Amino acid sequence: MLTITDLGKTFSGGVTALSNINMRLAEGEFVSLLGPSGCGKSTLLRIVAGLSAPSSGQMEWTRPPARGGIGVVFQEPTLMPWANARKNVEAPLRIAGIAARERHARAMEMLVLVGLENFADAYPRTLSGGMKMRVAIARALVTKPPVLLLDEPFAALDEITRQQLNDDLLDICSKAKLTVLFVTHSAAEAVYLSSRVLMMRARPGTILRETRINAPVPRADGFRHSPQFAAYCGEVSAALREAIA
Amino acid sequence: MKAARIFSPVLVVLVLLGLWEALVHLWQVPAFVLPPPSAIGHALADDLSSLLFSAWMTLRISMTAFVLAVIGGVALAVLFSQSRVVEMALFPLAVILQVTPIVAIAPLIVIWVGIDNPNRALLLMAWIAAFFPVLSNMTLGLRAADHGLLDLYRLYGATRWQVLTQIRLPSALPYLLSAMKISGGLALIGTVVAEFVAGSGASMGLAWRIMESGNRLQIAKMFAALLLLSLLGIAIFFCLSALEKLLLRRWHDSQVEREQ
Repeated sequence: MLTITDLGKTFSGGVTALSNINMRLAEGEFVSLLGPSGCGKSTLLRIVAGLSAPSSGQMEWTRPPARGGIGVVFQEPTLMPWANARKNVEAPLRIAGIAARERHARAMEMLVLVGLENFADAYPRTLSGGMKMRVAIARALVTKPPVLLLDEPFAALDEITRQQLNDDLLDICSKAKLTVLFVTHSAAEAVYLSSRVLMMRARPGTILRETRINAPVPRADGFRHSPQFAAYCGEVSAALREAIA
Repeated sequence: MKAARIFSPVLVVLVLLGLWEALVHLWQVPAFVLPPPSAIGHALADDLSSLLFSAWMTLRISMTAFVLAVIGGVALAVLFSQSRVVEMALFPLAVILQVTPIVAIAPLIVIWVGIDNPNRALLLMAWIAAFFPVLSNMTLGLRAADHGLLDLYRLYGATRWQVLTQIRLPSALPYLLSAMKISGGLALIGTVVAEFVAGSGASMGLAWRIMESGNRLQIAKMFAALLLLSLLGIAIFFCLSALEKLLLRRWHDSQVEREQ
């Protein structure tokens, strides 16, 4: 679906954020970018989203995504504080010029999907951190994009909320057969969610190695406590330590 | 708490007025130096219609200037937000207009635009006084839009107009409302200063009443005009605070009462 070859990014200040990035994203895959802070994983995600241009190398989509064909969830929920949850979810449809009635219906459908149907009229300031993230996810999905990009979306949440959202995200993505690129600095989260984990190192940001996670999706009930999960986490953590060293 | 907020300042004012009345009588202060509150009340009642007419003149000019300042400030700030070059070219001029004391340029303005129509000079001076806070705050507010939201709108291919109306203007609203509270008062001050400079015969506003009563040593009437002037200022501030509360109460932290 997406092929990136020899991609590099140097900012105008002269800092090289990414160099020599080679990766592929196949349809329906859940791929995580895992690395220490400052390794350029967010920059790579912004390039894939089209929000930033690479300085060198190629990025090729087999079918270039249409407007609204890529959903993005940022580190912060980035909601409009002056609009309620439903209107926030509607925003991408409003930009596309879709009529109010249809916008309304599709936004409600997404809020049901993320379990917030009873909070449609709530303003962001009254929602918890996890709920705000759910609204952001609903907004990213409202255009029914084939590709979803997430940039450390759950980093600021507590462990229980985070695990709950991990399960819900996995559920939503596998049902909708989404292709997902997920940026995180948590080895356990990367292993739990992904079919592949790409490990990055910093200065300059580059992909060190990849680990394939061979476990059925949706994850089995005890997966988080299984020896298999622990083994993968061990492997990925060791690679991550190597990346930081 | 709500009752305390209203009654405690009222109580303080009543006590101060009582003290004033008592001390003026006790020390036998001449009425042309400091009249007691009761005399001011009489002066107000005696000249109520002429004073109210003057208040209306002053209010009309300052509110016209205020509305024009808000429209002009918002329009120019929007222009700035669309073009950095325009902002760099024009902002220094706006600053020069702001830092030059209005009293100093008032005679010029009176000569230029006020000879045949003094109200036009008053309007222009009040406008200059009220304009800058709107421009400055609105420019800041339009620029303070959440970068994440701007990225998001770019991602979905939003037009400049959509970004302006759906992200930048709502983000700037708290800044604008705060500026309006400052500008509302400044427009009134600008009008009064302009009336003083424009001098007698040129206007019939409250400042003219104050000068006239000062010249005739009718100090109680002077105080009555002053009282109306502060009431106008307070009314303007309250109206704009109420507007702020109304527009922001649902979503802005500044207007939300927290339960402890």
